[in-house]
Amino acid sequence: MALAGRTAARWARLRSRCPGAAPPCPLPCPLPAACGRPYSSRGKEKLDMSTYPVESIRNFSIIAHVDHGKSTLADRLLEITGTISKTDRNKQVLDKLQVERERGITVKAQSASLFYSHEGINYLLNLIDTPGHVDFSYEVSRSLSACQGVILVVDANEGIQAQTVANFYLAFEAQLSIIPVINKIDLKNADPERVEKQIEKLFDIPTDECIRISAKQGKNVEKVLQKVIEKIPPPQCNTADPLKALVFDSTFDHYRGVIANVALFGGEIAKGNKIVSAHTKKRYEVNEVGILTPNEQPTQKLYAGQVGYLIAGMKEVTEAQIGDTLFLYKQPVEPLPGFKSAKPMVFAGMYPVDQTEYNNLKSALERLTLNDSSVTVHRDSSLALGAGWRLGFLGLLHMEVFNQRLEQEYNMSVILTAPTVPYKAVLSSAKLIKEHGKDEITIINPAQFPDKFSVSEYLEPTVLGTIVTPHEYIGKIIALCQDRRAVQKDMLYIDENRVMLKYLFPLNEIVLDFYDALKSLSSGYASFDYEDAGYQAADLIKMDILLNGNPVEELSSIIHHDKAYATGKLLCERLKEAIPRQLFEIAIQAAIGKKIIARETLKAYRKNVVAKCYGGDITRRMKLLKRQAESKRLMRKIGNVEVPRDAFIRVLKRDTDY
Amino acid sequence: TPCPQWPYCRKRCSYCNFNTYVVPAVDEAAVRACLVQEARTLLRLSQVQSITSVFFGGGTPSLASPRTVAAVLEAVAGAAHLPTSAEVTLEANPSSTDTARLAGFRAAGINRLSIGVQSLDDAELRLLGREHTAAEAQKAVEAARGLFPGRTSIDLLFGLPGQSLDSWAQGLEAALGLCDDHISLYQLTLERGTALAAQVRGGTLSLPPQDQLADMYQTARTVLVAAGFRHYEVSNFARKGALSNHNLSYWRADQYIGVGPGAHGRFVPRGEGGCSREARVQTLEPVTWMREVQSQGHGTRSRVVLSPLEQLEELLTLGLRTDEGVTHERWGHFSPQLSLQAVFGVPGEAQALQEQGWLLLDGSGLRCTWAGLAVLDSLLPDLLCQLQRH
Repeated sequence: MALAGRTAARWARLRSRCPGAAPPCPLPCPLPAACGRPYSSRGKEKLDMSTYPVESIRNFSIIAHVDHGKSTLADRLLEITGTISKTDRNKQVLDKLQVERERGITVKAQSASLFYSHEGINYLLNLIDTPGHVDFSYEVSRSLSACQGVILVVDANEGIQAQTVANFYLAFEAQLSIIPVINKIDLKNADPERVEKQIEKLFDIPTDECIRISAKQGKNVEKVLQKVIEKIPPPQCNTADPLKALVFDSTFDHYRGVIANVALFGGEIAKGNKIVSAHTKKRYEVNEVGILTPNEQPTQKLYAGQVGYLIAGMKEVTEAQIGDTLFLYKQPVEPLPGFKSAKPMVFAGMYPVDQTEYNNLKSALERLTLNDSSVTVHRDSSLALGAGWRLGFLGLLHMEVFNQRLEQEYNMSVILTAPTVPYKAVLSSAKLIKEHGKDEITIINPAQFPDKFSVSEYLEPTVLGTIVTPHEYIGKIIALCQDRRAVQKDMLYIDENRVMLKYLFPLNEIVLDFYDALKSLSSGYASFDYEDAGYQAADLIKMDILLNGNPVEELSSIIHHDKAYATGKLLCERLKEAIPRQLFEIAIQAAIGKKIIARETLKAYRKNVVAKCYGGDITRRMKLLKRQAESKRLMRKIGNVEVPRDAFIRVLKRDTDY
Repeated sequence: TPCPQWPYCRKRCSYCNFNTYVVPAVDEAAVRACLVQEARTLLRLSQVQSITSVFFGGGTPSLASPRTVAAVLEAVAGAAHLPTSAEVTLEANPSSTDTARLAGFRAAGINRLSIGVQSLDDAELRLLGREHTAAEAQKAVEAARGLFPGRTSIDLLFGLPGQSLDSWAQGLEAALGLCDDHISLYQLTLERGTALAAQVRGGTLSLPPQDQLADMYQTARTVLVAAGFRHYEVSNFARKGALSNHNLSYWRADQYIGVGPGAHGRFVPRGEGGCSREARVQTLEPVTWMREVQSQGHGTRSRVVLSPLEQLEELLTLGLRTDEGVTHERWGHFSPQLSLQAVFGVPGEAQALQEQGWLLLDGSGLRCTWAGLAVLDSLLPDLLCQLQRH
């Protein structure tokens, strides 16, 4: 995203101001032989990290479009350097979350320190893995802030995709060294030559700089490590300077409190040091420092240029603000410029299915947001749903992943309302202006939508979308974009049959199902990424969905006037499919104010009784009935209509997954 | 009430997913010995004193010889009192029920026949994968009525792919002309793994729409009641008191003992000191079942003690299928402490359903209204929720 990109660029400027920049090539550095394989003493005594001076350190990330093999390459690098033992089971070692392994996506950045000997020198290579989905690109830029270089992985078959472009520019703007790697050359349809030409055309990198590898088979992976050492400069900082540590990520451990991932831009840090947070001014005593291999491995100290973790009695993750600078007590330093916090793009209400579960859900949310600080949480309540929260997510996938983690890790079932984007309204009513203390408000909940008589203008958020596609789908994609009210900004052939399109989209048009639609009309070949592009004026209205006259709060939405009829009709049709027949007729209506704009009728059950029920059928019958009775308890009641909990998400999503 | 299972068929029907086996040759003597053995073992275990009914189901039990039926009945009579008034039913296919054979079964002790007519339309019969024609079914029913007057039942299916409301009404008319005093009408259920289900899923066949199925059911109910039948269970109709006592015992949650491969039972194993009702299933596969019976006297594969709540859940689910419903007496038998009134007579789901006209709770018990019976499966989850809260 653009904001994150700009932050990264500021970082690069900061680093280039750093005095005493290291020479581009690593200096040969004499090391005691005993330290040759420091990890061999793991678990017995703490590692001595002083044997890795700045010159022998490389901090890098792997960036790639989703599924281009980033995690597989990370697995191989970990194996080659002896960080993990080599077995067939090493699959996405750095993807620790259950959702990550299930969905094959990386959600959370992880890091690992690798030890590698090259031409007689022992190097410390810090690999910072990054998420591979557009929703999580803020994590990418955060990770990049601790790096001096990146490995840009491109699939030899699929070539450059939208996210390759986005990630490349993040790294490029941060002035990082870029090592282009073409992966999956073992595939039958691999065409590395074509991909090299794309890279040359789009990124201006000579074709001979690309390394052709197969991460799966381990082919040429060693070469990548050597290039990391040769091409990526060591961090430019000094152990003799006062401590300056950047918190670039944090996790929460129930027993040990906050574990902060830090990159040292100066000085050193050890257990017992008294440190201060530049952000909160709070003082802490360091309990433990160490590196990630990828599990936590305590060390005696951490030195300038190194990347690791520290535990310092921080009880809440808010204390380890990402982007914060830590320094030694009484030795203040100029804090590093922090990150702008990740900006939520999608908001939804979350409520316990049963209000008696409120406190359990509250504590689950608190614990989960400790590890995912990109989720914003505001308390909220509604007449129909009771007490709950308004949550802000980075995107729809982020919302789904968060919900899935709530279910899997905390065994919580929740009601999620229709996702909405943060609209704005410029107020004209003096009364409302006084009430809000300002004339422009952000609306993250349709219930707060001010009517048009008290508003001079509504604004909607927009994004600049990048689409990369084989050219045969251009026609369909342009039609799709126009249907989504998008305006074309650019169109460029990246080779003879691949095109990159840039469009300005209203955010709400892509939030729900744009990605699915794009994938299905291009048989999966087109890829998509986007970045924030500010607000634009829009003709917005609020639409309600009614079941037998009762509004379904979860489905109230703010939409563009031109889309009201079509969306209302579609929602009613889908809702008719998602609600089971009941003992009475159900009118499903879409309404703007008092005006009904669409209607579907779900007829009453006239017969619903199993034909045969004798001795042998009873056990099976009872099982089914009890399951139905169980799910009845979890149904949402709107008036007397019972709606399955997942119906709303099913209605809102174009059903490819269901 | 023992229910011996004969698990073999000559051919598998396109809609059937019962535990049945089509084998080239059956070692009938061995199967007979095992059925006899298992009936003895389980009757002794149940310590049941007197038998009210026996039901030979399947499979196609009319493929077994009358000798086998006689042997099982002898075993039953040897282990408990089997009064002459006991109802002894045999399920029969029109293709294995000539008069001579039927007479043999009567001599063996059968006194009631349930014939799987299914349809009186040859095209429909072919679709269902039945071996007989409409004419053969007609002949079989006539022969049965001659030998078992007032005690012959026929089964019919409705809601077949391509069946219209009119053709069903005509089929029903024809069946009324043919039938004795008991009819079972079953809406076709697509069971997983059957040929018919695969054809419907694949799109080569399609079932009539929901509303048409409801119309078919209502038509049948109206026509049969007008012809003097009592609609005494969701799918069962009888006149002149010719109800199936055996099947009623399921719906009243009486004890029954499953004998044979895959047979289900519900009884208290008093013979081993048990005092709780158990759900029992016999081993499915006939060869394995026989080995088990030979070595240990029975082939009980699973036995699960039913909790008091589970027993009440079954009673409710089954009892509400009948026109008498769950009587206060039956309920009190399973729940001496908590009355039907105390559970369902208080504000809650049952009262709401009563106000909406689906249910009745009065001096005789809890039961469905005429309209409620057709949508029972939508009422039960609510009622089970209410029951579980107590």
